[in-house]
Amino acid sequence: MNGAHDMGGMHGFGAVRDEPEDDRFHGEWERRAFALTLACGGLGRWNIDRARSAREQQPPAQYLENTYYEQWLHGLEVLLVEEGLVTAEELRTGKAVVPKPADVVPIHADRVVKALQQGSPYTRDVSQAPRFAIGDTVRVRVDHPTGHTRAPRYVRGRTGTVVLHHGAHVYADASARGEHGVAHHLYNVAFDAAELWGAEAQDGAVHLDLWEPYLERP
Amino acid sequence: MAGADHHHDHHHGHHHGHDHDHEHPRLGELELRVKALESLLVEKGLVDPAALDTFIDIYETKVGPRNGAAVVARAWVDPAFRDWLLRDASAAIKSFGFEGRQGEHMVTVENTNQVHNLVVCTLCSCYPWPVLGLPPVWYKSAPFRSRAVIDPRGVLADFGTTLPQDVEIRVWDSTAEVRYLVLPQRPSGTEGLPEAELAALVTRNAMIGVEQVVYPPRNAREAAE
Repeated sequence: MNGAHDMGGMHGFGAVRDEPEDDRFHGEWERRAFALTLACGGLGRWNIDRARSAREQQPPAQYLENTYYEQWLHGLEVLLVEEGLVTAEELRTGKAVVPKPADVVPIHADRVVKALQQGSPYTRDVSQAPRFAIGDTVRVRVDHPTGHTRAPRYVRGRTGTVVLHHGAHVYADASARGEHGVAHHLYNVAFDAAELWGAEAQDGAVHLDLWEPYLERP
Repeated sequence: MAGADHHHDHHHGHHHGHDHDHEHPRLGELELRVKALESLLVEKGLVDPAALDTFIDIYETKVGPRNGAAVVARAWVDPAFRDWLLRDASAAIKSFGFEGRQGEHMVTVENTNQVHNLVVCTLCSCYPWPVLGLPPVWYKSAPFRSRAVIDPRGVLADFGTTLPQDVEIRVWDSTAEVRYLVLPQRPSGTEGLPEAELAALVTRNAMIGVEQVVYPPRNAREAAE
C-alpha cells in the first residue's frame, strides 16, 4: 500500500529530537496500549504482518496525525473486529454483549516470559534454490500493490547489489493476507545513495532486506 | 529475558527537548479509549490483567539497552566473541540469554574508521528488542524515518555527531524480520577499563548508529566544564 507509513525520503518533517534512555512510556495509556497489543497478539488469531497491515490501512492524514501507540491501538481495534472477537458496537459502548469464542484462550501471566523468549522465527525451508547470489546486480520490480508490502517506494525500479542471503523467510506480502506457509529467499541489497537520490546525494549506501519476488535481473 | 536494566545516567543532557514530544492534544480521549478497551477485553475473558502488567514490567524494567551494551563491551574485550558476533549474531547474543521476540534473526554491523552504520525502519518501527528494548519515540517518528535514508549526515548532526567526509555511511533499513545491531568503535583512552565500565559507556544511540561512543562520557565532560 502506498500509504503514509512509507516515509523513506520524504521532506519536511523537521529535526529528530533525542530522548533519554530511561524514558520507556509516556503516560499510562501507552503502557496499556502496548500490553493490550501484545496480549491480544498472543491469542494467535493474526500474525505480525497482518498487524502491520492493519496499522497502515489508514487515511494518510490520520496516520500522520497519530502518535505511534495510536497506530497500534487503531490496528488492534481493526483486528479484534475483523476476527469477530469484539463487535463494533462493543467497541463503541465498552459493554460486552457477545461471548468470546470458546476456543480462544487468553495468554496468562505465567506464560508471558516464555512466549517472549521463544519469539517466532521466520526462517523456513524451501525447495527452490535461490535465484540470486551475493554480488549479483538486481533491480526492484515496479509494483504498487494495494495490500501490505515491504518494498518501500524509494527503491522500486532501482538497481543494487546483493550483499547478504538470509535464507528463506516468511513472505510478508502473503502472510499479511493470511496465507500461511509462503516463504521466499530473502536478500540484503545495497543501493548506492546516488542511485536512489541522484547526483546531489550524500556518499554512501542504503541497505534493505528484500524478498526474491520483489527482485529481477536488470 | 535475562538482564537487569536500570541505568540512571543520562548521556544526552545537552539535547533533550523531549517534553515537547510528549504533549498530546487528544490525551484525555485516548486515556478513556484505552481504558474502555482494556475493561471490555478483560470482561470478555480475552486478556488476563496480570499478563498485561507482566508485559509492561518486562519492557519497562528488565529488557533494555543495557543488554546490548553488555554485548558490545564483550566484543571490545574478547576478539573471539567479536568474530562470533559478526559471523552469527543471533547465537552470540543468545549466549547472554538475550533472545526472542523482535530479535529472532540478528545481524551485527561493525563501525570502523572507514564505515559508519545507521539503522532505521522507514516503514514502521522494527528494532532489536532483546538487546535494545523498546525503541525511543524519535526512532518511530516521521523525522527520523523519512530522513535517515536520504540525509543520514543531517540526522547524525541532530545528535551532535559529525563524521569525516571520507567515512562511508551505510544505512540499514529494516524491511524484513532481520534486526540490526551496530557495534560501535571502542573509544581511545579506554584500554585499561574493565568490561563493566566499558558497557556503561555504550549508549542506546550508539547501538542504533546516531552517535559514537565517547570517553570520557558526555555527562562527565559536562560536569567538568
